[in-house]
Amino acid sequence: MNRYPLWKSVLIVLVVIVGAIYALPNLFGEIPAVQVAPIKAGAPWDAAPVEARIRETLASAHLEATGFERDPDGLRILFAETETQLKARDLIDAALNPDPKKPRYIVALNLLPGAPKWLLAIGAKPMYLGLDLRGGVHFLLEVDMAGAIAQRLDALAADIRSTLRSERIRSLGIARQGNTIVARFSDPTTAQQARTVLTKTFPELAIDRQENGDETRLIARLTPSAEQKIREFALKQNITTLHNRINELGVAEPVIQQQGANRIVVQLPGVQDVAKAKDILGRTATLEVRLVDDTPGALEAALAGRVPPGTELLTERNGRPILVKRDVVLTGERLTDAQPGFDSQTQEPAVHLTLDAAGARIFRDVTRENVGKRMAILLIDRGVAEVVTAPVIRTEIGGGRVQISGAMTTAEARDIALLLRAGSLAAPMRIVEERTIGPSLGKENIERGVNATLYGFLAIALFMIVYYEVIGIVSVVALFVNLVLLIALLSLLQATLTLPGIAAVALTLGMAIDANVLINERIREELRAGVSPQLAIAAGYDRAFDTILDSNVTSLIAGLALLIFGWGPVRGFAVVHVLGILTSIFSAVLVSRWLVNLIYGGNKRISRIRIG
Amino acid sequence: MELFRPRADIPFMRFAPIFNAISLLFFLVAVGSLIVRGLNLSIEFTGGTLVEIHSEQSITLPPLRETLVQNGFPEAQVQHFGSTKAAIVRLARHDELPPDEVADNLRALFAKHLPEITVTRMEFVGPQVGRELAENGAIALVLVVIGIMIYLAIRFEWRFSVAAIIANLHDVVIILGFFALFQWEFSLPVLAAVLAVLGYSVNETVVIFDRVREKMRASRGKVSTASLLDHAITSTMSRTVITHGSTLAMVLSILLFGGETLYYFALALTIGILFGIYSSIFVSSALLMWFGVTRESLIKPERKKEEAVV
Repeated sequence: MNRYPLWKSVLIVLVVIVGAIYALPNLFGEIPAVQVAPIKAGAPWDAAPVEARIRETLASAHLEATGFERDPDGLRILFAETETQLKARDLIDAALNPDPKKPRYIVALNLLPGAPKWLLAIGAKPMYLGLDLRGGVHFLLEVDMAGAIAQRLDALAADIRSTLRSERIRSLGIARQGNTIVARFSDPTTAQQARTVLTKTFPELAIDRQENGDETRLIARLTPSAEQKIREFALKQNITTLHNRINELGVAEPVIQQQGANRIVVQLPGVQDVAKAKDILGRTATLEVRLVDDTPGALEAALAGRVPPGTELLTERNGRPILVKRDVVLTGERLTDAQPGFDSQTQEPAVHLTLDAAGARIFRDVTRENVGKRMAILLIDRGVAEVVTAPVIRTEIGGGRVQISGAMTTAEARDIALLLRAGSLAAPMRIVEERTIGPSLGKENIERGVNATLYGFLAIALFMIVYYEVIGIVSVVALFVNLVLLIALLSLLQATLTLPGIAAVALTLGMAIDANVLINERIREELRAGVSPQLAIAAGYDRAFDTILDSNVTSLIAGLALLIFGWGPVRGFAVVHVLGILTSIFSAVLVSRWLVNLIYGGNKRISRIRIG
Repeated sequence: MELFRPRADIPFMRFAPIFNAISLLFFLVAVGSLIVRGLNLSIEFTGGTLVEIHSEQSITLPPLRETLVQNGFPEAQVQHFGSTKAAIVRLARHDELPPDEVADNLRALFAKHLPEITVTRMEFVGPQVGRELAENGAIALVLVVIGIMIYLAIRFEWRFSVAAIIANLHDVVIILGFFALFQWEFSLPVLAAVLAVLGYSVNETVVIFDRVREKMRASRGKVSTASLLDHAITSTMSRTVITHGSTLAMVLSILLFGGETLYYFALALTIGILFGIYSSIFVSSALLMWFGVTRESLIKPERKKEEAVV
C-alpha cells in the first residue's frame, strides 16, 4: 500500500527537477553592468567605434571591465563591483555625450543575471527584485482627470465654433462653463439648426436646449461613455509619454504601470538622482495654439490692469508681454509629430510640426481667416503658460505641416521639439507617493531577509531531525523542496520579490512544517494504538490530509484577500504567501509521502519506523 | 524523542471559565488602549514624509532636531533606527506645501546642513493614498473574516465557524491592543502580519475541531462535549506545541535577524502565534461548549446524504 505507481513517482521527480533548474539562476547573483544604446531606439548604429571609445576611456581611468557584450539593442559593459560600475557610468556618459544637453547615447546602470547562458536560454531567470531590495525610486502619480476633461471640452468648444462657422450658423458665443459647453443663439430656429448639426457631428456630446429670456441656449455635456474614453485615453497617453521621458533618463528596467483608474506607478531601479527624475517626470507641458489679440490699444489696456474679456496677458520667451485670446485653436492632442530642423529659406532653426487630419483642417481654416494676424504657440508647463513663438500668418497653411521658426537656437528647437513630441501629457499629473531606497540599504535588506530565513530553517530542521529521526529527515527534505519550488515559481512568474516577500518565504516555511508535524503525529498515534508500521504510515497520511486541506484553505483566504487589496510591498508578501501555500501542500503531502514510500514501502514486514 | 505523552486527557474545559475571564480582561485592556491611545499609524496610512538617514559616526539627535526645526520642519520627529548610526525622521503632513516639495526641501536640507549624513530611504505618501490604504486594509480584514466563516460553516457547522472567528478576532484585537498600548508603529507589513495571523490561527482551531468532529462521530453520543473537547485538545497538543514552536522559531529568526523594517511585522506575528495557541484551546473550544454543539448537529447532514444514496 505504501507504494506510488510509477507515473506518480516520475511526476514528482520531474516537478522537483524542473523546480530545481528554474530556482538555480538565483544562486548566481547579478553582475553590475553599464548599458549603452543610441537615444533613438531602433535606429541603426555602429557599435564598434563606440566600444573602442569606451575601452579607451576606461583604460585611461584604470577601471577594469570584466566583459563586453554587443547585441542589436546596445552594448553592455560588465564589471566586478558596483563601485566600479558607478564610476564607469559617469565616465562613459561624459565621453559619449560631451554636451549633456544633447545626449546621443543612453548610458544606464543595469544588473545582469550571472547565471550561465544555457539557463537563461530556457527562460530561467533569477527572481525579480523589488525596489526595496535593489534600491531606486518609486513614484505614484495621479492623473488629474478633471483637468483632462476640461481640456477636452475646451477643444470641443473650439471644434463646435468652427463647425457652426462652416455651416454658416450664427451664434452669440460659445464657451465652456464647468463641465458643460454653452452655446447661445438669438432665436430658437437657429438653435434648432445648430442642434441638428452638432448632434450629428459630435456623437460624444449630449445636447440640451434651454430658453433664457430672449436667447436660446444649447448646453452640451459629454456622455458618460465619452467621458470614460477620455479618462482611458488620458491615462494611456500619459503612460506613453512617461515611457518616452524615462528613456531619456537612461533607466535599464523601468516599471510603468497603471494602478487603479487614475494612477500610474513608476519605478526606476538604480536611480538615485531623484531631483532629475522628478524634473523629467513632472514636466506637464501641454501645447496650445491660440490667436494673438493685436487690436490697437488692447495690450496697453491690459498692461494697465484692464485685460479685455476673452483674452489673457502672457509673456513671450524674450520677456515681451503679449495679449492672447482665450479661445484655443488647437491643442497638443492634434499633434502627431514634432521634429527640429531648419527653415528652408532663411536657414534659421525651426521646429516642424505634423498635425492629424482634424488638426490640419482646423489649422487651414484658421490660417485662411486670419492672414496677416499673429498666432501664438503656447507651452503650458506646470500650470504656467509661456508663448514659445508668435509668428505672423503669411498665407493659408494646409496639409497639416506647420513650421515654427524665429528667435530660437538649434538647441532650443531641439528641446521644444522633444517637449512637444514626448512631452505633451494628455492631462496634468501630480506625485502622490514617493519612495527612494539607497542601493546599500537594498543589499542590506536582502542579506537580512536571507539570514532570517536561513537561521529559521536551520532551527526547524535541527529540531525535526532530533524529534522525528528518519521521518524528521523526510520532513526537512520536503520542506527544502518546498523552498526550492517556491523560489522556482517566483522566478518563473517574475513576480516582484520585496522584503516582506522574503519574510513571507520564511513564514511560509514556518507554517508549512505544520502539515508534516500533523502527519508525523498521526503516524505516532496510530503506532501507539498498536497498528502495524505500514498501516500506520498510510493512515497517518490519509487522516491528516483533511486537516491539512482545511487549515491551508483558511490561510489561502487570508492570502487572497491581501493579494486583492494589498499595495506595494505587501502585495509582494501576499504573492509569496499564496504561492507558498500551494507549493507546501504539494511538498508536504506528495514529496514526503514519496520519500517515506521509498524508505519503508519496499519492505512489507518492517518491524519499526524510526519516527523518534 | 517525545515531549508530550499525557496518560489521561487534561481537563482543560474545567478551567474554561477562569481562562475566559482572563481572555475577557486582555480583550478589554486591548479595546481600552485602542480607544484611549489609538494605533500609532505609519505614514503609509496617515500620509506624510519619512526619511531614513545613516552616518559613519553615531548621530546625536538633539542637534539634528534643532537643525530641522530651524529650517522649517518644527513638527519633525526624530529617533534612532536600529543603531545610533541610523535615524528616522518623520514628518506629518505639510498642508501648505505639495507633499513632493516637502521631500525635496528635506533632501536639500540634508545636503546643505548635514553633509556627513546620507539619506538612504525617503518615502512620502499623499493623504488620499493613505486613506485609501487604510480603507483597503479594513475591507481586506472584513473579507478574510467573512471568507473564513463561510468556509468553516460549510466544512463544519455554523457554531464551529462562529466560535473560530470569535477566537481569532480576539487574537487580532489583542495584537492591535499591544500596538496601541505600547504605541508601536502600525505599518502596512504589520497589517499583513495581522491578516496572516488570522489565517494561521484558524488552522489551530480547525485542527482541534477536526478532532472533535471525528471523535463525536465515533462516540455515539455517550461522552459529554466537554470531555470530547478535552480529549481533542490533549491528543493534538503535541502537534500544537511543535508546529507553533517551529513557526515561532522562524518568526523569532525574522525578529532577530530581519532588521528594523521587519521588526514590528515579526513582533505582530509572535504575539499572534502565542495568543493563537491560547485562543484556540481556551476561547474557541470553550465557546463551542457554551454554544452547545452536539453529535446530532454534525451527524444530521451526513445521514441525509446516505439516505439519498440508498
